[in-house]
Amino acid sequence: MSAKKVTMDIRKLALSVAALAVVGAASPALAEGGAHHPRSGGFTFDGPFGTFDQGQLQRGYKVYREVCAACHSMDLMHFRNLGEKGGPFYDPHAENPAANRFVRALAAEIEVGDIDTETGEAIMRPATPADKFPNPYPNRTAAAAANGGAAPPDLSVMAKARHGGADYIYSLLSGYAAAPAGLRITATQHYNPYMAGDMTPFWDGDPEQVPAGGFIAMPAPLANGQVTYDDGTEATVDQMSKDVAAFIAWSSDPRATERKQSGMGVLAFLAIFAGITYASYRRIWKGVAH
Amino acid sequence: MAESVVTNEHPEGDATRRDFIHIAAGAAAVGAGVMMVWPLVNSMNPAADTLALSTVEFDTSKVAEGMQIVITWQGKPVFVRNRTAAELTRVIADNDASDLKERQTDQERTKVGHEPMLIVIGSCTHLGCIPTFGSGDYGGWFCPCHGSHYDASGRIRKGPAPKNLVVPNYEFTAGSTIRIG
Amino acid sequence: MSGHESTYVPKTGVEKWLDTRLPIVRFGADYLSLPTPKNLNYWYTFGAILTICLVTQIATGIFLAMHYQPNTAMAFASVERIMRDVNGGWLIRYVHANGASMFFVAVYIHMLRGLYYGSYKAPREMIWILGCVIFFLMISTAFLGYVLPWGQMSYWGAEVITNLIGAIPMIGEPVLIWLRGGPAIDNATLNRFFSLHYLLPFVIFGVVVLHLWALHTAGQNNPVGILIPKEREAKDTIPFHPYYTVKDGFALLVFLMMFAVFVFFMPNALGHADNYIPANPLQTPAHIVPEWYMLPFYAILRAIPDKFGGVVAMFGSIGVLFILPWLDTSKVRSMRYRPTMKIFFLIFVVVGLILGWCGGQLPDAQVVPGMPSFTLIDGQLNSYLWLTRLATLYYFAFFFVIMPFVGLKETPLKIPASISEPVLSGPLAMSGAVPADAEKKG
Repeated sequence: MSAKKVTMDIRKLALSVAALAVVGAASPALAEGGAHHPRSGGFTFDGPFGTFDQGQLQRGYKVYREVCAACHSMDLMHFRNLGEKGGPFYDPHAENPAANRFVRALAAEIEVGDIDTETGEAIMRPATPADKFPNPYPNRTAAAAANGGAAPPDLSVMAKARHGGADYIYSLLSGYAAAPAGLRITATQHYNPYMAGDMTPFWDGDPEQVPAGGFIAMPAPLANGQVTYDDGTEATVDQMSKDVAAFIAWSSDPRATERKQSGMGVLAFLAIFAGITYASYRRIWKGVAH
Repeated sequence: MAESVVTNEHPEGDATRRDFIHIAAGAAAVGAGVMMVWPLVNSMNPAADTLALSTVEFDTSKVAEGMQIVITWQGKPVFVRNRTAAELTRVIADNDASDLKERQTDQERTKVGHEPMLIVIGSCTHLGCIPTFGSGDYGGWFCPCHGSHYDASGRIRKGPAPKNLVVPNYEFTAGSTIRIG
Repeated sequence: MSGHESTYVPKTGVEKWLDTRLPIVRFGADYLSLPTPKNLNYWYTFGAILTICLVTQIATGIFLAMHYQPNTAMAFASVERIMRDVNGGWLIRYVHANGASMFFVAVYIHMLRGLYYGSYKAPREMIWILGCVIFFLMISTAFLGYVLPWGQMSYWGAEVITNLIGAIPMIGEPVLIWLRGGPAIDNATLNRFFSLHYLLPFVIFGVVVLHLWALHTAGQNNPVGILIPKEREAKDTIPFHPYYTVKDGFALLVFLMMFAVFVFFMPNALGHADNYIPANPLQTPAHIVPEWYMLPFYAILRAIPDKFGGVVAMFGSIGVLFILPWLDTSKVRSMRYRPTMKIFFLIFVVVGLILGWCGGQLPDAQVVPGMPSFTLIDGQLNSYLWLTRLATLYYFAFFFVIMPFVGLKETPLKIPASISEPVLSGPLAMSGAVPADAEKKG
C-alpha cells in the first residue's frame, strides 16, 4: 500500500469519525443530516510527493486580494511570504523575498496604516514586503458589526482549521445551492450543503429527508468572470474556488513542500540506518541462544 | 558474568565485515545525532521576520547642519550626523594623525557628494555602550562607560575601544534618501 | 541485577584520578555491563524508546520556549510564527506535538508489557509505582502543553479539565479559582501553565532516574517471569552492552520511522482542526474532545452520571494502577503461564481501545446505527453512554475482581526452572543434550 493511500485512508477514517460524530450530534434518531463530504479539488499538492502549482497560487492570490480581502483578514501573512521559496511569486533571482520585484510591486499596491516617525500621527503609506496583509476591519467587533453580527474568520490557517482542508474550502465556495423548499431560512443566512450544521430544527419537509449542510452568514462570494486572470485562464466559479483554496492551503502551511521533501530523505536515511543496525544486531547476537 | 553464553571466537576473514557493519551503524548513529541537533541549533539563528526588517530607508535631508538624528536599524541605534564645515575641516586634517588606532580617512567613511553626512552605528566598539556627542577631547563622541574618545568622523582616538565606529553598508537611493542594509 | 559487582578497571591516570573522587565513569561502565536476562523480546525495547521520547520532548521544548509567547494575545500567532518564520521551526514544533503522541503510544505498550509479564510483582513494586507516577506526570504535562497553542481546543480543554477540580465538595470552587488565577481561563492561567509545562518534564526526568535505580536494584523481569538464581546468572544473562543497546537501537529506529511518517506526512492527523482556530472564550466548538491518549479516561469520566463521581472514577482509574501489585494474588508473574488470565488480559486491552473510541464519540450517539434498542435508566442501550459504562465496569472489575480471584483459582502451566529451558524446545533439547552446549546454537 502506498504512503499516499495510507494518508488518504487515515483522512477518510478521521472524516468518517467526524461525520459520525456530527450525525450523532444532529439527531440520534436519524441517519440523515450533517454536511456533504467535500469534493476533491484534484490539487497538485495532494499526497506525499505533491507540490504547489505556482501559477495556481498566483491566481489564488488574485482572487483573495480582489474578492476575499474585502472582508477576510489574513493576519499571519506578510507580503514577503509571497516571494518565499515555494510561494506564488518566488523568484530564484531575487536576493531574498523582500528584494523580490514582484513582491515589492504587489505590496506597493496596498496601503497600510503606520505612525509617522516625526509627528506620531496615524498615516497610510504603501506597504513594503515586511508588512502584514492589512486587516479590512480595525477590530473584531467592527468586523462583526459590518457583517450582520458574524465576523468573517481570518483565513491565514483556514485549510488547517477545517476538516477536509483545501477540498472543503473549494467545495464550500463552489457548492452554494438554492435552499430546498421547506427549509426556513432568515434573510441574513445562506444555505450551503458543505457547511457543518444541522437543518432538522429548520426543516418543514419529510423528517427522513433533512437536507445536508448548514447555514452560513457569507453569501456566495464568487460569480463567473469576477476576476480577470493574467494568464488567460477562464475565471469560472469552480476555477476561482479551486485557485483560492490552493492559495489558502499554501498560506496555512507554507513549509509543506519542504516538509514532505525532507521527510523522504529522513525516511530513506532511517530505513538504511535500521537495516545496518539490524545486520549489526544479528551479528552481535549470533552466538547467543535466546 | 556472561562469557559462557557468548561465543567469542570468530572465523578468520569474517572479522572485517563484522567490524564494518558495527562501524557503519555507529557512524549512522552519529550522523543521526547531528541531524537532530542541527535544526535545534539553527532555530536560534535570526528568523525570517527578523531578516525581513534588515533594511531601513531614511531621508537625510531631515537632518539640519550640525545636528544628528538617531534611527534604529536591526535593533541598534544609527547616528545620521550632518557635520558642520568646521567639523569636516578638522576631521580631514586629522586623516594623518598619529593617534589613529584604525587608520581610515574621512573620505573612506562617507559617500562622494555627501561628505558632511556621516552614518555610523551608534554603539561603542569597546563593549557596546552608546557614545554621546559633544564631549570628549576630539570634537566628536565620548563613551561614558569606559572613556573612549571618538572624533567627528567616528574614529577612535583615545581610550579602550579597539576600532572606529562602524559605518554600515548603505547607499543613497534617490537624492538625499539612504537605504541601510 | 542486584549485587552486580563492578568490573570497571580505570586505565589511564585521569580515569584513576576521577574514579577515587567521582566514580561517574564507573557508574556508566557498570550500567553498560549490567547482566541482563537474555530472553527479553521486543516488547522490552520500549523502555529505551521512552527515554529517547523524553529527551526529544525536552530538547525540542527548550528550543520552542525560546520562540513561544505565553500571552493570550500572542500565543497563537507565536506558534504559527515558529512554523513559518523560525528556521526549521515547523520541524521542531511538529516533532514536539507528534512526539507527545508517540510518547503515549510507547508508554501504553510499556505498561501493558509490564502488566502481561507481571513486572509489578515482588520484588519490583517500586519500579511499577514510580512508573505510575511518571505516567500521571506525563498526562499532566501533556494537558498543560496542549493549552499553550491557545487554539479553541486548548482553551476549552483547559476549561473543562480545570472544572473537574470544581467538582470537589467544599474546597472545589476556591481551589479552581486559585488554579486558574481568576474566575475564568485567561492570561494568568496560560502563564502558569507554561511555567508548569516547562517544569514537569524535569520532574519526570528525576522520577525516571528513580525508576531505573529501582530497576537495577530489583533486577530486570523477563518474559518467563522467574527470578534468575545466582548460580544460573552466568548462563542466563548477557551484558546490556552491546546486546541490548543494539537491539533497543534497532527497535528505536523502526519506531522513529513511524514517528517520521507522522511528522513529515500527516503532522496534524493526531491533532484536531479546531485547535487552528484561535481561542474564543465566547464560543464553544461543536464537539470537544481531548487528545487521543486521554480518551479512555475521558470516557470513564463521562460514564458516571454524577459530576464528582465522574471525577473520582477518572482519577480512580489511574489510581488503581498504584495498588495493582497488591491486587494480584497469583504466585506466577508471567501471563505466558496463566492461560485464564491471558484471556482476561486480552479483553482488557480491547476494552481499553473501546473506551478510547467511546471517549471520542458523543454519548447519545448510536453504536450500531439504526439498531432498535430500549431505554435503560437514563439512556438508550444502543448508545455510547452504555457501551462506555459496560467498558468502565470491566476496567474496574479487571483490577478489583478478576485479578484477585483468578490469581487464587486458576491453575498455572508448568513454569520452567530457568529462562534457558523454554529455549531448548528444539530437537537438541528433546534428545537430552547438555543445555550449555545447546545454548550456543543461534
